Amino acid sequence: METEPVLQMRNIRKTFPGVIALDDVSFDLRRGEVHILLGENGAGKSTLMKILSGAYERDGGEVLIDGREVEIGNPRRSQSLGIGIIYQELNLVPHLSAAENIYLGREPSRAGLPFLPFIVDRKAMNGSARELLAGLGVNLDVRRPVGELSIAEQQMVEIAKAVSLDARILIMDEPTAVLTEREIRELFARIRRLKADGVSIIYISHRMEELFEIGDRVTVLRDGSVVGTRDIAGATKPELIRMMVNRELTQQFPKVAAPRGKEVLRVEGLNRAGVLTDISFSLCEGEILGVAGLLGSGRTELARAIFGLDRIDSGGIHIKGRLQRIASPRRAINLGLGFLTEDRKTQGLVLPLSVRENICLPSVDAFSRMGVVSRRREAEAAAKYRKDLRIKTTGLEQRVVNLSGGNQQKVVLSKWLVSRGDILIFDEPTRGIDVGSKAEIYELMNKLTAAGAAIIMISSDLPEVLGMSDRILVMHQGRINGEFSAAEATQEKILHRALGDTE
Amino acid sequence: MTLKTYVAQHGRQFGTLVGLLVLCAVMWILTPHFLTISNLLNIAEQTAIIAIIAAGMTFVILTAGIDLSVGSVLAFSGVVMASLLQKGAPVGVALAVGVLAGFGCGTINGLLISVGRLPPFIATLGMMSVARGGSLLFTEGRPISGFSESFRYLATGRVVGVPMPVLVMLTVFFTAWFVLTKTKLGRYTYAIGGNEEATILSGINVRLYKTLIYGICGGLAGLAAILLTARLNSAQPIAGMMYELDAIAATVIGGTSLMGGEGNVFGTLVGALIIGVLRNGLTLLNISSFAQQIIIGLVIIVAVLLDMTLKKGRR
Repeated sequence: METEPVLQMRNIRKTFPGVIALDDVSFDLRRGEVHILLGENGAGKSTLMKILSGAYERDGGEVLIDGREVEIGNPRRSQSLGIGIIYQELNLVPHLSAAENIYLGREPSRAGLPFLPFIVDRKAMNGSARELLAGLGVNLDVRRPVGELSIAEQQMVEIAKAVSLDARILIMDEPTAVLTEREIRELFARIRRLKADGVSIIYISHRMEELFEIGDRVTVLRDGSVVGTRDIAGATKPELIRMMVNRELTQQFPKVAAPRGKEVLRVEGLNRAGVLTDISFSLCEGEILGVAGLLGSGRTELARAIFGLDRIDSGGIHIKGRLQRIASPRRAINLGLGFLTEDRKTQGLVLPLSVRENICLPSVDAFSRMGVVSRRREAEAAAKYRKDLRIKTTGLEQRVVNLSGGNQQKVVLSKWLVSRGDILIFDEPTRGIDVGSKAEIYELMNKLTAAGAAIIMISSDLPEVLGMSDRILVMHQGRINGEFSAAEATQEKILHRALGDTE
Repeated sequence: MTLKTYVAQHGRQFGTLVGLLVLCAVMWILTPHFLTISNLLNIAEQTAIIAIIAAGMTFVILTAGIDLSVGSVLAFSGVVMASLLQKGAPVGVALAVGVLAGFGCGTINGLLISVGRLPPFIATLGMMSVARGGSLLFTEGRPISGFSESFRYLATGRVVGVPMPVLVMLTVFFTAWFVLTKTKLGRYTYAIGGNEEATILSGINVRLYKTLIYGICGGLAGLAAILLTARLNSAQPIAGMMYELDAIAATVIGGTSLMGGEGNVFGTLVGALIIGVLRNGLTLLNISSFAQQIIIGLVIIVAVLLDMTLKKGRR
């Protein structure tokens, strides 16, 4: 399908102090195609998209829409040019209804009647919102506050909003990151429908499998430059990975089993009303215990309870053979626990602070004498982990807000290594990070277990759970509904247990 | 760190400082008397009280909080201290109790916010009214006046020509700078403001530190009360009205973000001096105090607008 490109970006250049974010990037989008943007975190995908959305101004190059040069300048202009963006973190007002969100700022009014233009015509608004969603094949109550909708439904509301704004170019930033398998199917069906209507889609994702299913072409970015553009039909996975990381990734899950040592954690009959019921399990040195389960099955709640963040109603937690009462994260950290949280930006990092300050945050006590912090000793510790974990930064004093996702995750990891954690809870350790960083984190997990650490890995990524765990717990509605050794576990078995089956 | 990256990272401070210097230059051109040693010392002396309060406010704002009660707490500390002095208590004891009274009010603010989970705006708005009412009730609305020479020396005395209040101010700022940049308390102040949840998850007792920070802010209001009482030779239950706004303005002009986590105490000192220089210069120029308010208001707005534009440009 050779048609004139809807969008052309030519020789785009963007620099930030000390960094070239985009260097001579050219890229074009055809009518009705799904064009995948692939690249490690920090490769420049987000920057490119922010230039299209008008959030950033480019330093050089030109943008053409339908062959005519345009200046984007601000988000409103971008909207009026027919560009719609579905961000990973959705931009909806939770207390407003789906219809109100879709028509926010352009509510239909009862025109024609005196004094009434200020009154919103709710009926008309709900009606056209319903129609719009129906056009996407979505059936939901448009009067419900979006905060009560599932993430997948919220995403549909965002897409409907973009469509109602006559978006001809739709940018989707990792739309499947937070969706279940079935929701992903539905999303893809809707994307195909949009394509058929002539909408062009720029699709950013890290999940290789998806690209081959939904994409027409793929452009790979690395370090702010375009490595190349391929037709999906002719591309292979190893080739794309090589283009992205410029090195061969031999194995997706480089699991190395470590010798199993003493029991370091034993949980007995843990209860927290309405959240956790009768949880018992143990964990040994050198072991990776995978915890699978659907969203809301109590996996993160279990981690929070062990880490002293949420009170437990009954049950015992034994650390290294002794029964402990863990009433605060401080206590947990002193006992050697570390908790890599699910959401690094809201829970893991203090974004305005530097790499050094973040890495050392749980350990400031250890670096202080009489309340005065030794910057030198902090810098030594931070420098060690920056090197060991290959954290890409301009320096230890760079603010973490300016790092890419994978590097941010490594900073959070370093926090718990500096604080000498040897019982580590990783909650979705590789969500939203690129294949290169993923492989590095897996390798690090191997190194940690080889050195005697014990890891609980909570993950929604089944191949990851199967690939990295020694043992797997499956949670369902706050209970443990099945335990498998790595050898006997399969995706099907885990899914059955996660859905509540007992056989 | 090279000079270039240092300037890039700390550019905001230099910006405020340049603003202050330009302002001084303009004042000097308009009224030559401005740039005399005696006038400059005068400005520093007049700025001292607001600046000391603003130092405490900087801690609070860095945690993404706010303290509206500092003016009232100043009055409360002042009258408590003054009544002790009048009853013949030793000066040292009276001063300590005055500062402690401020620290106590601040600690109550901190507990309401950290344990009671009240928004800082509400907790300190309540304290603003309670402390003001307390001072009025305590003194039956009358000022307490007339103190010993040794007490008044705190305001009138000079050490090698530098007025005592200026020395106190410089000591406070040096200490605050040291605490914010070199100590655990300082690190946690920034961390709490930058991301409270991540700080809790890092095992830090955020409740304790937040309470302490509001306590410090109240304690510095108590310290400012000593200087004001000594200068006026009188403790007024209505003292310090609207000081909270000047303190917030100084902090914000100095580049501390109301969202927390960003800013420094050096900027606050410069911010307080900008307000002081404006007041002084405009008075020398015979501009009415009514018009002065308008000009100061505009300066606050323009300073923050400039700051936001500069920050956006860097991103």
